[in-house]
Amino acid sequence: MTDPDLPAGVERREIDGETRLATSGPPVYGEPTADGWRAWDPGRSKLGGMFELGFETGLSGGEAVLYLGAASGTTVSHVADFAGPTYAVEFAPRPARDLVEAAEPRERLFPLLKDARTPTRYAHVVESDVDAIVQDVATRGQAEVAVRNARFLADDGRLLLAIKARSEDVTAAPETVFESALDRLREAYEILETGRLDRFHEDHLGVVATPKRD
Amino acid sequence: MTDTDDSADAGWFAGGSPAGSEATDDESALRARILDGEADQPRDWPGLAVDSGFAGSSDYYYDRLHEATVAATREAVRERERADDQQLIHAVRAMDDCERTANELAERAAEWAGSLFDDAEPGIEGARAVAEREPDGELERRAVSLAARVVDLAAERDALAETIDRIAPAVAPNLAEMAGPELAARLIALAGGLEPLAKKPSGTVQVLGAEDALFAHLSGRAPSPKHGIIYTHEYVRNTRPEDRGSASRALAGKLTLAARVDHYSGERRETLHEELRERMATIRARAEEGDGSGDGGSDGGGDTDADTEGDA
Repeated sequence: MTDPDLPAGVERREIDGETRLATSGPPVYGEPTADGWRAWDPGRSKLGGMFELGFETGLSGGEAVLYLGAASGTTVSHVADFAGPTYAVEFAPRPARDLVEAAEPRERLFPLLKDARTPTRYAHVVESDVDAIVQDVATRGQAEVAVRNARFLADDGRLLLAIKARSEDVTAAPETVFESALDRLREAYEILETGRLDRFHEDHLGVVATPKRD
Repeated sequence: MTDTDDSADAGWFAGGSPAGSEATDDESALRARILDGEADQPRDWPGLAVDSGFAGSSDYYYDRLHEATVAATREAVRERERADDQQLIHAVRAMDDCERTANELAERAAEWAGSLFDDAEPGIEGARAVAEREPDGELERRAVSLAARVVDLAAERDALAETIDRIAPAVAPNLAEMAGPELAARLIALAGGLEPLAKKPSGTVQVLGAEDALFAHLSGRAPSPKHGIIYTHEYVRNTRPEDRGSASRALAGKLTLAARVDHYSGERRETLHEELRERMATIRARAEEGDGSGDGGSDGGGDTDADTEGDA
């Protein structure tokens, strides 16, 4: 049941009579499970959506990951199930309470109550040269956040970013918003792939990028 | 905050006792470092921790990191959640007092400094320049010292604003997201708390902070005010004048609902924010259509008003 495009540890499994993306770990948010595998709902997770849509994420399993905008830990718990050391940054205390619960049984998931806009406040904890940054923050200036956090990424690392158009400007057309976000991103990254996530998340753009180094 | 050594390129484990030693007070010091520490750049912390003897292996390092981050984050969450609406009210009032007093004192300091030095500028920035002077004699010493108080007060005001930014989302997540931390704090302060705010009708929330205008209106001397403190919100201020009534009505309606969700449930509710964004997009689209007549759809405080082009 392994899929060549999916990282080791992410599989398509039969759960509740449907073939679904799944990872193996303790359940977090009441998701359906079977044989210790937890269904990963692409409709609740931007990264899950990117896997489902066949993005080349460059993830193969076991890598070090910095996750920005971890919220209650829905997605990051799946990431920690298949990745190596996973740093989960979340700014709001209420979801962070659930994040701590998701992190407790996962030995390589490190929850941090920090603002992703100020990386210096967690650069003393998060290691350098992580293999991937996953970003899902719903504030204005999403590209700016990615640029500021580029310092954590290994030279051949991947940024997996979901840009939410409505967080930047509700009145502008999503295409316009995406274009200006990508322009800002290009100052620090080389864009490898983009694609709309609309099948699962309306007005979101999925982006895969790698750092631009001189 | 705490007396951590602030070497800007040390990891969170700096000063932690090496592996195997009896660590007792150590754990809380490490938690404090996680929460308050800083570094300009990330480094190979697992490797450095092993080199420094903090951890015998990177496996052990990650075990300690897991333990420390889970404990630190749990502690920080608890601390932030303990902050309640009354603390927020104190903070926002103290911030306003600091700002007002700093500005008043800055005027006095500038007037005085102007009589002593040639190039004294007005305002907080002027006070900052004066405070850095080397005083000569008792009078100059006093004038420079006064300017230094102004600078301190301005810094205190900024620190209070940062604190409000941090605790408002814990006290009222939906309200703080919708209104921004500062306006959320002001609305709570004007109402006297989150619960009183949650119990107010949206028409009252709309004119909170415009009491003078409201009473002038009630005694027949003036038209009804369109907005109170919510005027500072981008949705109202950056909407063209003829649509500001609609905009502030829509905003007040959703703010009221946000305050109720925050008080009675405490969960973040995304649909509320989506609905307001769509409603605002509709109101602003009127300006682009170029006719001031509006769409005729009065948005009675908004429970269903966003559904016109909803995505359900």
